[in-house]
Amino acid sequence: MSDRLTVDQTKAALVAAADAIIASTERLTKADQAIGDGDHGLGMARGMKAAKEALDKKPAATVGDLFKSFGMAIVSTSGGASGAVFGTLFTGAGKVLTADTLDAEGFATALAEGQKAVQARGKAEPGHKTMLDALAPAAEAARANAAAGLPAAARAAATAAGEGVERTKDMVAQFGRARTLGDRALGHPDPGAISVTIILDAFASTIEG
Amino acid sequence: MTKVQKIINDPENIVAEVIDGLVLASHGRLRKLEDAPALLRTDIEPGKVALLVGGGSGHEPMYSAYVGKGLADASVCGNIFASPPPNHIHAATVAADQGKGVLYVYGNYAGDVMNFDMAAEMAAEDGIEVRTVLVNDDVATDRPEDRRGIGGAFYIVKIAGAACAEAQSLDEAEAVVRKAQASTRTIGVALRAGSLPETGEPTFELGEGEIEIGLGVHGEPGVERSALMPADELTEKMIDRLVNDLPFGRGDRVAMLLNNLGATTQMELLIVNRKARQILADKGIEVARTDIGAYFTSQEMAGFSITLIRLDEELERLIEAPCESLPFTQR
Repeated sequence: MSDRLTVDQTKAALVAAADAIIASTERLTKADQAIGDGDHGLGMARGMKAAKEALDKKPAATVGDLFKSFGMAIVSTSGGASGAVFGTLFTGAGKVLTADTLDAEGFATALAEGQKAVQARGKAEPGHKTMLDALAPAAEAARANAAAGLPAAARAAATAAGEGVERTKDMVAQFGRARTLGDRALGHPDPGAISVTIILDAFASTIEG
Repeated sequence: MTKVQKIINDPENIVAEVIDGLVLASHGRLRKLEDAPALLRTDIEPGKVALLVGGGSGHEPMYSAYVGKGLADASVCGNIFASPPPNHIHAATVAADQGKGVLYVYGNYAGDVMNFDMAAEMAAEDGIEVRTVLVNDDVATDRPEDRRGIGGAFYIVKIAGAACAEAQSLDEAEAVVRKAQASTRTIGVALRAGSLPETGEPTFELGEGEIEIGLGVHGEPGVERSALMPADELTEKMIDRLVNDLPFGRGDRVAMLLNNLGATTQMELLIVNRKARQILADKGIEVARTDIGAYFTSQEMAGFSITLIRLDEELERLIEAPCESLPFTQR
């Protein structure tokens, strides 16, 4: 249990998040086939592989440098909406992480900034059955639990994201390709929201050690 | 579910190998950009307004192959059914720009809009002005701002190519392409899904004997699922939906595109054409030009789309202007 991650420890957490996505490729593909065109898993896995490699290539002085390299690699290699959205999440979060350690306060602020950047780019809002329906409650939970320390804040964020995924099952999509499904998307969770949960869960598990 | 057979190598190399194939077929008129999966004309006229098109691969010949004199100056190829990333679009933008700015024409999909917008912001930092006209011709979506870009892309790209070849400014080119965008409507029908080459799995399921009107080129659901019906009945349903949407009316002059989504025969499209012309003639709509073929496909999807574009003097002149490319050349 670590209350403050060094640059190297943060790197390990990001690598764990990338590995978790790569390991979930098939699950994400299946989820996207139900309400989209089925390319979410492959796109995310492609981006996460490149993101891992980017962390090794570029030296990072701050935690934010790591997040920015990670996000830029996703934007450049994932393609599609996933690349733009998840890349923007990490680059947006990276902009406020100017220290060489990551604590609960930084984690909560980074999630909130990441959410802001994603909304500005994609013009979607919570409730539209997108990844924001996992990200927004996660950011809120991280903020509410920031005083309890990094492990607690990270776990609370992951749990809230998972609950958010469940709620997307009852939502009619207002954004992306799933939007055209109307009521037919009911009962299916949003694949992007699942990805957010996988990332945050891996991040929290690494912190918990 | 049996996997669909395709003549490919490593699925990871599909886009690169398609680009190589296009470059070789161009006999020196196209080149691949060094650090991005993008095609560029080798003979872009200096000082012209540049036209850049692009989107996910898998819809060949759209958008990648419509590069050439009188068409696009550059095309950027995403992975199968996924938008290209901003760094690739940006690299092609820089390469295509001749000092008068770059017009982007691509389909209205969330991923494409985000990635092309990011590229346009990067280009702005380099001092390159970018304007965007989205292809949004699919009448199967209720809200006009949500409308996807499908077969009508061919007419929009054709007109944009001719407009950018003669326009004095980016403003001028953008204005005429906006007019083309506002005059174009398309409706599609699918009989059987295409498949993702990476997985060999179909992008959607249709029951035995079922068809879906308005189904999108990536399998997005349409407006009406029903049993297969005779060609005449289906054509009537589709033309009615199109005509009522713009609406097209008595005295209009139009061009009509019957686009094969991949696996439909020319035989079927010619039967549809015969009925479409009867219906349009009855409504007093004059068809000034007909295009029939595979202009915008979705792998081996069986089905087709009908596009109508209302022509005025300017749009008709631009649509009839000469152009050269592997899939489409006119003198």
